[in-house]
Amino acid sequence: MLEPHIQLTDLHKSFEHKGQEPVIALDQVNLTIPKGEFLSLLGPSGCGKSTLLNIIAGLDKQTSGDITVNGKPIKGPGNDRIVVFQESGLFPWMSVLDNVMYGLLIKKVPKEEAKARAMKWLQKVHLAKFAHAQPHELSGGMKQRVAIARALVMDPEILLMDEPFAALDEQTRMVLHKELESLWRETKKTIIFVTHNIREAVILSDRILLMKTRPGGVKREYTVQASRPRQATDSVLVDLEGRILSELQLEMEKVLKEEFGDDYDFKKDQLHGNSDSHMGSDI
Amino acid sequence: MAILIAIWEAISKFEIFPAFMWPPLIIPNEPGGVTVMKTLINGLIDGQLLEATGQSLGRLIVGFVIAVILGTIIGFLIYKSELIDDTLGFFVSTLQSVPNIVWFPLAILWFGLGVESVLFIIILGATLSLSITLSTAFKSVPPLNIRVARTMGSKGFHLFRTVIFPASVPQFIAGLRVAWALAWRAVLAGELLGGSGGLGTLLDMGRSLQSMDLVFAIMIIIGVIGTIIDNFVFVKLERLVLRKRGIQVVK
Repeated sequence: MLEPHIQLTDLHKSFEHKGQEPVIALDQVNLTIPKGEFLSLLGPSGCGKSTLLNIIAGLDKQTSGDITVNGKPIKGPGNDRIVVFQESGLFPWMSVLDNVMYGLLIKKVPKEEAKARAMKWLQKVHLAKFAHAQPHELSGGMKQRVAIARALVMDPEILLMDEPFAALDEQTRMVLHKELESLWRETKKTIIFVTHNIREAVILSDRILLMKTRPGGVKREYTVQASRPRQATDSVLVDLEGRILSELQLEMEKVLKEEFGDDYDFKKDQLHGNSDSHMGSDI
Repeated sequence: MAILIAIWEAISKFEIFPAFMWPPLIIPNEPGGVTVMKTLINGLIDGQLLEATGQSLGRLIVGFVIAVILGTIIGFLIYKSELIDDTLGFFVSTLQSVPNIVWFPLAILWFGLGVESVLFIIILGATLSLSITLSTAFKSVPPLNIRVARTMGSKGFHLFRTVIFPASVPQFIAGLRVAWALAWRAVLAGELLGGSGGLGTLLDMGRSLQSMDLVFAIMIIIGVIGTIIDNFVFVKLERLVLRKRGIQVVK
């Protein structure tokens, strides 16, 4: 076992709404994340996975419980933990290069050095020739690569990714999976990756936490024992994907029943879905 | 344009109105008679109009600069504190619905008939308008940009300087444009009523001397200055900023 990097103890988070019962987003979460692990938080929306990420990032505060990084409690955001969001959030008034340099200048890195380091990272995400472009000139996938470069240039110990590829098309996402995996293998950062895409979680992670809703928390834990670099066709991955899917369906059924009432039958609906997907298969 | 000028000259030539009320624009009605153009050019050459224009513009710029500083501070305070928003913010938007010339009698009582009163109403009008625009602009900065900056370690004034303010620049320029127009109106109204020199006072003098050629000459100057600044400063600036950020400008 590697040394613990992030430690969560009895972490609890609830949101209060005026005149309503508080919604429990996270209920008594205990979690140890070793250094250099690629961990995915997987689950349907509303399972508190983004909330958990935001608490680790310091952008949100837990209601109770402890969270430590390298044994020290978290007090607000810090540049040892950088977040990559679903949208790139690039500053439209800055060039691509200035966007990547932004955090370094906060860290008081001298301007010339900051520029050199930013350029190095733009090269790693294959965008060096767009350094002086404005963000609006880039495609969605390119923007997201800039956002990753902007996070990694800070050399954070921990990279927090909140559905970073969810808004991208399938091809771009596959390319970025490869790039992210090789960047991770090269830098050995601790990565916490939030996603609702099972395949994505399986392909990228060392360990997957399947999250549950109402109350939010960890339902099951899976360790992915496949060799790297990962191949999408690896039978271990395909098998695991199937296991997680069936587990997730049980969870989804619970969510949908709560939303649409008890008479909702997920299984029946799925049957319809299957017959649809076989349409034309025997032509 | 040419048609308008022709109609103007025709009205003047047929003496539908007496000449002192409707002076010719370019062609004098009798040899050596007054025209608006002649008064305009002579006024510019002998410095009377130029001096008054300078005076008015000087006040405008001083008042405007002070208003921009005050407006930014108040806008920031309203954005920053909910308490200030509920109290001062409400007060500011109430005051803003009062046309600023309404303050002039009070200004005369407080500051006397002079430059101070004119400056007072310029600053008042422009500050109020700008602080409302800015507080709204600051509040509408995309939360994602703020979260990105915070995760990189930005906070406090650094966050304001590097993210919240730059993100608000397009609205800021639009706000400046409106505030500038308000200030320009306030200068002239103040000078017209307060008699403290400048184009407004000259305008009032033109009225009392029944020399409409002077009045029209001044009106031309006022219109030209307003248009030049709006088109060549603010519109250009706005286009530049929007284009840089990839926001399409609808013409």
